[in-house]
Amino acid sequence: MAEPKVKYDRQLRIWGEQGQAALEKSSICLLNCGPTGSETLKNLVLGGIGSITVVDGSKVEVGDLGNNFLVDESSVGQSKAKCVSSFLQELNDSVKAKFVEEYPEALIETNPSFFSQFTLVIATQLVESSMIKLDRICREANVILIFARSYGLTGFVRISLKEHTVIESKPEHFLDDLRLNNPWLELKSFADSIDLTVQDPVAHKHIPYVVILVKMADEWAKSHGGKLPSTREQKKEFKDLLKARMVSQDEDNYKEAIEASFKVFAPRGISLDLQRILNDSSSEVDSNSSYFWVLVAALKEFIANEGGGEAPLEGSIPDMTSSTEQYINLQNIYLAKAEADFLVMEQLVRSILKKIGRDSNSIPKATIRSFCKNARKLRVCRYRSIEDEFNSPNIPELQRYLTDEDSSIAVGIYILLRAVDRFAANYNSFPGQFDSATDEDMPRLKSAAISLLSDLGCNGAALAEDLINEMCRFGAAELHAVAALVGGIASQEVIKLITRQFVPMSGTYIFNGIDHKSQLLSL
Amino acid sequence: MAETAATQPSRSRDLDKLLLRPGNLVGPRFEPSAQLRDDVQNHARVLVVGAGGLGCELLKDLALSGFHNLDVIDMDRIEVTNLNRQFLFRVEDVGKPKAEVAAKRVMERISGVNIVPHFCRIEDKDIDFYNDFMIIALGLDSVEARSYINNVACSFLASVFFSPCHEIEYDSDDNPLEETIKPMVDGGTEGFKGHARVILPGVTPCFECTIWLFPPQVKFPLCTLAETPRTAAHCIEYAHLIKWNEAHGGTAFDPDNPQHMKWVYDEAAKRAELFGIPGVTYSFTQGVVKNIIPAIASTNAIISAACTLETLKIATECSKTMSNYLTYNGSEGLHTKVAEFERDKDCLVCGPGVLIEVDTSVTLQKFMNLLEEHPKLQLTKASITHRGKNLYMQAPPVLEEMTRSNLSLPLFELMGKLSKDVIHVNGMTNKNNQKVSCLRKLRVTFKGVDGVTDMDTAGGA
Repeated sequence: MAEPKVKYDRQLRIWGEQGQAALEKSSICLLNCGPTGSETLKNLVLGGIGSITVVDGSKVEVGDLGNNFLVDESSVGQSKAKCVSSFLQELNDSVKAKFVEEYPEALIETNPSFFSQFTLVIATQLVESSMIKLDRICREANVILIFARSYGLTGFVRISLKEHTVIESKPEHFLDDLRLNNPWLELKSFADSIDLTVQDPVAHKHIPYVVILVKMADEWAKSHGGKLPSTREQKKEFKDLLKARMVSQDEDNYKEAIEASFKVFAPRGISLDLQRILNDSSSEVDSNSSYFWVLVAALKEFIANEGGGEAPLEGSIPDMTSSTEQYINLQNIYLAKAEADFLVMEQLVRSILKKIGRDSNSIPKATIRSFCKNARKLRVCRYRSIEDEFNSPNIPELQRYLTDEDSSIAVGIYILLRAVDRFAANYNSFPGQFDSATDEDMPRLKSAAISLLSDLGCNGAALAEDLINEMCRFGAAELHAVAALVGGIASQEVIKLITRQFVPMSGTYIFNGIDHKSQLLSL
Repeated sequence: MAETAATQPSRSRDLDKLLLRPGNLVGPRFEPSAQLRDDVQNHARVLVVGAGGLGCELLKDLALSGFHNLDVIDMDRIEVTNLNRQFLFRVEDVGKPKAEVAAKRVMERISGVNIVPHFCRIEDKDIDFYNDFMIIALGLDSVEARSYINNVACSFLASVFFSPCHEIEYDSDDNPLEETIKPMVDGGTEGFKGHARVILPGVTPCFECTIWLFPPQVKFPLCTLAETPRTAAHCIEYAHLIKWNEAHGGTAFDPDNPQHMKWVYDEAAKRAELFGIPGVTYSFTQGVVKNIIPAIASTNAIISAACTLETLKIATECSKTMSNYLTYNGSEGLHTKVAEFERDKDCLVCGPGVLIEVDTSVTLQKFMNLLEEHPKLQLTKASITHRGKNLYMQAPPVLEEMTRSNLSLPLFELMGKLSKDVIHVNGMTNKNNQKVSCLRKLRVTFKGVDGVTDMDTAGGA
């Protein structure tokens, strides 16, 4: 087992052993293995996904040799699903690869229970009507669904599932949890034990800024009725007081303190985002609740009681100029408080589990710990069903996108990708698919687009003629570079969904390969 | 003819729709036709620099986008840690040159494609090598390498390589002449983030124009490492940068030598224990010492595909081009944005060149001393070329000996007694307190000489 781990070193540094384990446990179904689907799956196979099943009813044609790396000369005439799955197997022999030679539309119609066995389904190159049916099936079976499509120089990616909760959202930039505006007893005592006016210049410039700020904030509060600096003038005055304490220009700890003083001015308590999650109706838990919401219920109680309005302490501190000894002591104080908060949370979680009739040990310690550390960064993602979005999109948003210069091509692509499906339903081929009929296709596509816009309640909205023309020019071509890009994005979302780390995208991602002004549409 | 074309299934069935059909949202000189497709296939040569995470994807993408004449250059050999994303390589290939295996694999799977591998450093190639390509696609992982290629591509802008009779290739508005623009498409990735950009020297900003986009690497202050370590990284860098030299005298630290790495790890762990600092693991030690950048297949796929699309557009004008810098971030939702950066008119690399005025009596040696002192340049160890001719070369020894006698000759004479002209200088300069190599374009004018050739007007015929 040591060998596979080295291979995955560069990605383990992103999602760790747990993330990797989640990938290796999952089973993925791919519908249609043209380049879009094949490229999506290739990235996941390289990353060590557990098992894959490739579903495609078509045979490899000569034209496929020009856009799909996963088929070659010897594949012509054979089942595309078979060829793609065997090449993928070659890419990573620890993945279990299977194929089903069947058109996805047929499976959707006649064997919906087929999809229940999978963790996640990647549906590529499906038309509107199939998307809606598949979406219903997967929601029913609680299977994660992600759509991806390439169409000429355009494409889209759309996740569909009822709810996806994230504990380890790992945001790139997030304020540290130092509680400079609300220090607890042990932190205050530690700060009290240090004398800012120490004579030795080396000691003076190695007092960590956390201590400096806790002490100075305390001094300020004592002479301002218990309040911290809030107005502009007060904040400036506070910084000046810090400056006045410097005995020489090279005192980095004081410079850091001045730079970090905004942390003293910041309001106490939790963010609006977290508040929204706590207020969500799902936090009223019952025996069917997911472990995430049980933890949120415990968090709610913690904040209201022992936390005094604050979430459990995160526990780590950033590096700062300091003597080693003081830094380590400070570090231990934060770790101790985080541990104490965790123990309280643990009790709350166990008692809530008991209350709702579940085994009080059903949520592991490690999960509760991770939840505490990440409490301020929780994310809940919800996705509208495809049917809902297609039948009743958010009209004001749609209008806004249509009139905004930056997003007008992207929303035009969104509408046209649905219009081409309606065209295909009427004429049995996509506009421009065959060289012969392109002249008639353009006005037909235009009228399909207009009628769609009207169905959606956007009468009078206009789509650029040039764009409609382009869609006809594309003739439903699946270009490799576009497929690789759309597939790359889809595979990345799959990784986030399965590892439950980082935040998956919301809405529909429209890829605009014409001028690269791609856009996320929330409809 | 038309009949057979219709009955025979086309390999480029999908690409044909883009290249053979007229459109409205296309480049100004788009000429849709089978000829265009065939020209790209038979005549367009693209160089892929790097055969790693981006390079493997680029080769595949370009080959499947109609480019059948590719070269790839990479000096590295395949390692096990490459296998999670560099899909052209298998476990059995570990140790073999990346460029060679990559070329072979793509040619095996896509018939009709010819890829010439170059297992060497980018500096090992003559500048002329780079001029043979229509477009250069970069899949690099270092600022230095990008800088080098950028210097080379931009040097074609105002140089006249085999034709001493040509005028300088700028027109009267200081716009570069089109035939001398060497387009580059540059991609970079790091975890869930990446960028793809189009560089048209003289038109869009070059790599140097926007060098400020790359912040200098964080270095820990020496006193922290030596006296007040607080984090695991401090302990590791102490062992790596300070203790190693103390204990191993002349032996250079080799990050690829497992015994060296183990030594650093052990020392770091000892120090960490001494100071009570948690977090020193072998994996973390490797990450800090080698500056390992986490990497996954998906981001490389996205960025390479974006680069390939732009390459196709530059070559064929089949659609509008990106203007000019795409950033991508997939860690928190999905964010892509295209920013239009502007050229730095005074850019030392893609600009018309730093102007230096000297007397006709100044010798080449004296000129080189001037370069050292020049505030914008601070160039040492200069090697100088003029219109393809070596005036003085620092290396190799054979060339140095051959050109040494030029040092005492007047520059004016060495430059064919032109009143003003462009020269290129290769040398070392200071960047972020580090000596780095660079290539600079200089406009030399000689005082008091009446110009026969005037640098400010466009070339004649």
